[in-house]
Amino acid sequence: MPGSKSIIPFGPQHPVFPEPLQLRLVLEDEKVVEALPAIGYVHRGIEKLAEKKEYTQNIFLVERICGICSFMHALAYCQGIEMLMDVTVPDRARYLRVIWSELHRLHSHLLWLGLLADSFGFESLFMQSWRSREAVMDIMEATAGGRVIISTCIIGGVRRDISEELMAEVLKTVDVLERDLEIIRPVVFDDYSVKQRLVGTGRITSEQAYDLGSVGPVARACGIARDFRETGYAAYKEIKVTPVTETGGDAYARARVRIREMYQSIDIVRQAVRDIPAGDIAVPARGNPEGEVISRVEQPRGEVIYYIKGDGTKNLERLRVRTPTFANMAPLLTMLPGCELANVPVIVLSIDPCISCTER
Amino acid sequence: MSLMNTVAVSPDSLLQEVAGKYRQRYRFVTMTCTDIGDGYDILYHFDKDYELCNLRLYLKKGEELPSISSIFFAALLVENEIKDLFSIPIRDLVIDYGGRFLLTEDAPVAPMGREGCSRAIDIRLQGAPEEEDK
Repeated sequence: MPGSKSIIPFGPQHPVFPEPLQLRLVLEDEKVVEALPAIGYVHRGIEKLAEKKEYTQNIFLVERICGICSFMHALAYCQGIEMLMDVTVPDRARYLRVIWSELHRLHSHLLWLGLLADSFGFESLFMQSWRSREAVMDIMEATAGGRVIISTCIIGGVRRDISEELMAEVLKTVDVLERDLEIIRPVVFDDYSVKQRLVGTGRITSEQAYDLGSVGPVARACGIARDFRETGYAAYKEIKVTPVTETGGDAYARARVRIREMYQSIDIVRQAVRDIPAGDIAVPARGNPEGEVISRVEQPRGEVIYYIKGDGTKNLERLRVRTPTFANMAPLLTMLPGCELANVPVIVLSIDPCISCTER
Repeated sequence: MSLMNTVAVSPDSLLQEVAGKYRQRYRFVTMTCTDIGDGYDILYHFDKDYELCNLRLYLKKGEELPSISSIFFAALLVENEIKDLFSIPIRDLVIDYGGRFLLTEDAPVAPMGREGCSRAIDIRLQGAPEEEDK
């Protein structure tokens, strides 16, 4: 009946969702008037488990919060423990951390682009972006031994070095990626069909994005120049990062931010490879962490926050993780009302949701 | 090392302090709850220009926590999460999942509490064979 409301459970199993998330959508005809998320399908209790494991074992645990940004989870955790234990990481390790972080950002953004393209039926863009992503996975395997969870970050530095020969391979990989991006970019930026689906879809204002605590590309697509790399953790003190911003506040602007960030990541990798100093890659960390600290890192989806509380024993008293998708859930609830049901997958994918992260 | 920029608040003064943060254009970041035995150590994290500011609240077990979601809407998700994981009653949530944000009816009670997942272990043992049956 026209004008009547109906409630549609969107997910948890849905063709466009790579992970289980349910949105309870209140619809008037085809228009969404209200959305409420329901999560908890894959909650793993990682924060509780972290209290049972030794603080050194937790590195492997936090890497498994999310496969896509696993290195950055380890980095945020290790940085926090290093602050508590007053450990100064060698310069070479700081640069290696940046190289692996940016490789993670690249493969995360390419993964996202494939999923977004799939959400509006652009299968060839999906395949092209995932094909390009393979090159990043291959170089991660070559440099770290693993394609997804690379386990190179340790307290006090990194576990593995990258040889000069492999550094040259890293540069070749980002060259290939840049050439691929030159093909992908005009499609995302200018293609009529893509713009029809993305421009104006899921728009929020800069004020809304700020008030709702959005982070990462969701915030930057609203003109909020905020990127935690600006604060200079790891080697970002030497390798300056300027936040990539757009002003549209819609799915198109979020796509543009991520595409442009891939170019930025390529530049950062090149700079890091060029400027990386010789020297040690780790220093020993002795004792146990005591006190409390907050460590922050800019992941591909936005800022992750680790609260770590140690009591001087090998077990932590508390480990709390606020992941970027959790922060971007409230903005998502504001993007959905007013949209057509057919655009719900596009809007959800436009925030690059990670349910693994959300349900630590 | 202790947490920098941290101000202690009480349940009575919480909303006033949080409203002050909103007026000063702080962004809500998240909350952290820790079970410290006789009560809960609850931290509210806010950010402005990459500077974190924290409010620290001690809540006795059994006491009710006022929700800040009417001031910072974004807080409703983490407040519902804390309600589930620590079984803390939170009043005036703008959207209250009634303790079912993450947990189902047969899930452990207060799984992040000090006692941990005791009920989950009980459930698992219910179907396990008795020692003498093995």
